[in-house]
Amino acid sequence: MILLAIVLCPLTGALLLGAIGHRRGAAHLNVLISFLTFGISLLLVRQVFTTGPVTGGAEQLFSDGFSAIFVVITGGVGATTSLFSLRYMAIEKAHGHLTPERTRLYLALYQVFVLTMLVVLVSNNLGLLWVSLEGATLATVLLVAWTRTPASVKAAWKYFILCGVGIALALFGTILLYFASEKTLGPGGTALLWTHLDSVKSSLEPTVIGLAFIFFIVGYGTKVGLVPLHSWLPDAHAEGPTPISAVLSGLLLNVALYAILRVKVLADASLHNALTSHLLMGFGLVSVLLASLSMWKRQDIKRLFAYSSIEHMGLATFAFGLGGPVGAFAGLLHMTAHSLIKSAIFFVVGHVVQTSGSQKIPDIRNIADRTPDLARALTVGGLAITGLPPFAIFASEFLILSAAVSRAPWTLPPLLLALLVTFGVIFRRIQEMTGGFDFPVPRPLHQPILTFFPIWIHFGLALFIGLFFPETVGRLYHQALLSVGLTHGQ
Amino acid sequence: MPPPFPQHLLANHLVGFLGSALLLSSFAMLAQRRMTSLVRIFALQGILLTLSTLAVAILSSESHLLFSALFTLAFKVVLLPAILFRLLDKLHIQGEVESLVNVPSTMVLGLGIVVFSFTLAAPISELASTVSKGLIGVGLASLLLSFLMMITRRKALTQVLGFLGMENALFFSAINATYGMPMVVELGVAFDVLVGTFVFGIFFFQIRETFESLDLKHMDTTSME
Repeated sequence: MILLAIVLCPLTGALLLGAIGHRRGAAHLNVLISFLTFGISLLLVRQVFTTGPVTGGAEQLFSDGFSAIFVVITGGVGATTSLFSLRYMAIEKAHGHLTPERTRLYLALYQVFVLTMLVVLVSNNLGLLWVSLEGATLATVLLVAWTRTPASVKAAWKYFILCGVGIALALFGTILLYFASEKTLGPGGTALLWTHLDSVKSSLEPTVIGLAFIFFIVGYGTKVGLVPLHSWLPDAHAEGPTPISAVLSGLLLNVALYAILRVKVLADASLHNALTSHLLMGFGLVSVLLASLSMWKRQDIKRLFAYSSIEHMGLATFAFGLGGPVGAFAGLLHMTAHSLIKSAIFFVVGHVVQTSGSQKIPDIRNIADRTPDLARALTVGGLAITGLPPFAIFASEFLILSAAVSRAPWTLPPLLLALLVTFGVIFRRIQEMTGGFDFPVPRPLHQPILTFFPIWIHFGLALFIGLFFPETVGRLYHQALLSVGLTHGQ
Repeated sequence: MPPPFPQHLLANHLVGFLGSALLLSSFAMLAQRRMTSLVRIFALQGILLTLSTLAVAILSSESHLLFSALFTLAFKVVLLPAILFRLLDKLHIQGEVESLVNVPSTMVLGLGIVVFSFTLAAPISELASTVSKGLIGVGLASLLLSFLMMITRRKALTQVLGFLGMENALFFSAINATYGMPMVVELGVAFDVLVGTFVFGIFFFQIRETFESLDLKHMDTTSME
């Protein structure tokens, strides 16, 4: 029941906003629906962790601890982003960039996007998981092109084509998986259901599953933004409206990695070797290295943080590749922390770009004098994302590094180098933007409280997790990873 | 193995023939320059897909494949080509010709892809228990050929046709490896393809409005830093 509710809530929202999204107050309705979805996701996680996994909708829907954690992250960040976009869109409207029709398109697609991500997470059928991950691409592609500038149309086309190709390869992976499972589970509807696959995973044909996993990691990896399949990501993040950059970075990348991890569990049980771990470690390490080096020359603030997303998703992928209780735990914690912090950074960046009138770093100066509140938030964001204590990313990166020391010590130097470079680049850029030329600033502009509400909530949570990691949450995370079988390393 | 009744033998040959025709049509798309002809080849590919699904259905007596064949006919032979022809008409690009460089080397690369695909698919074919298991390599080869088409072409519409060709190849692979995916998944995939085609359509107008051409080389000159 609760699974149906969590799917129906954004679906109703999408239909409703598709009908009346151009009216006054529609943006508030969007916030209301998003918070309602968040509320249902909290109920779901409570139910899953008290009474065990939930199945529903004629076995097509399913949620265990692992997916419930992602459902809560998606619901929560979806809700705060709707709040941010309320303010962001009001300013865009005041600048005359908006027509009622385009507001309607934006609001309806926002709900469709949240819907598709939630369906990926609560789908029991790995085929339907594919369908709705592709649906997420289709929903966001029009959002990326939403400003209709040449650069945004080009970015959206690139996103569409690259992710379309990627996801087609993942479908071939799904076909191979079905091919293997059909032999034990018999033809028909049940052979792609996770609950059934999980019980026969050790008897799946290893040659086919190995090949399938390669197709899956290339296919879904395109969506995670793993190097060398990442080239759509910085463009899409930089050219789309900022609320969309926030949810792309904070949620979609997570959801795609979630899909890979589900398949990894099946492949590990069937293959009895370290193929999946090595692939994840390889893709992860290359992504971390290349992304941090690419940040060096970036002159566009949104692009800079988009590369930082590639770096952090690479780190999480690497952590799951390392495996073991510590590695998997660190990976999951890293994904949580990155979602919270990166989306909040995009909230800040959105307002910085709006008050500066440009997203080129050399054109953004004197934030500290013009808008001191934003400068503070940006500095805190920089501290949090580069992994300084006491924020949550410090904790997860520390765990990842300690897992690397015990399992693959040779990866330590490149990882440390990458983290150091990122730290240097992000701080240098933030300093350039907050400080600047010595010309008199009229008078500092203070933003309304509402602007900072979602930002400080995210940073506050990241700080809370980093400072005193609550024992209950830690136990839930362990339980979730244990139940899905991700803690067995190599 | 079912006893080789004459009609089975005929159907077996037919399945093989249709598979090779599908592979040929992928090559034809790779080399075709005229937009209208490309859409026609795509429709022809749909017909081949329908017939081959039908042949596999008869040969294996899997009745749900008959429904798949019917669905393919309606979706890939009638609906999608109709949408595409309408798009060509609305955008006034029926007669447009794309200049291609290096057709011979693309073809040679394509041949290499076919060899590679058959090698990759050989172990899977051995494990398969379907009547048309030899054709899994054809599916993989068409998939990669369409992929090749997407990366070598510079026009928006050709890239879309490559995308749709990939979907055809995936459907073909699913039929030959496992007699198709579960119905709910197949319908979901078709729904995505349909929505995708509409989104592509919207895009064509946006691209042309913004760049005054559907040629992606104009897009390339837009600097993105």
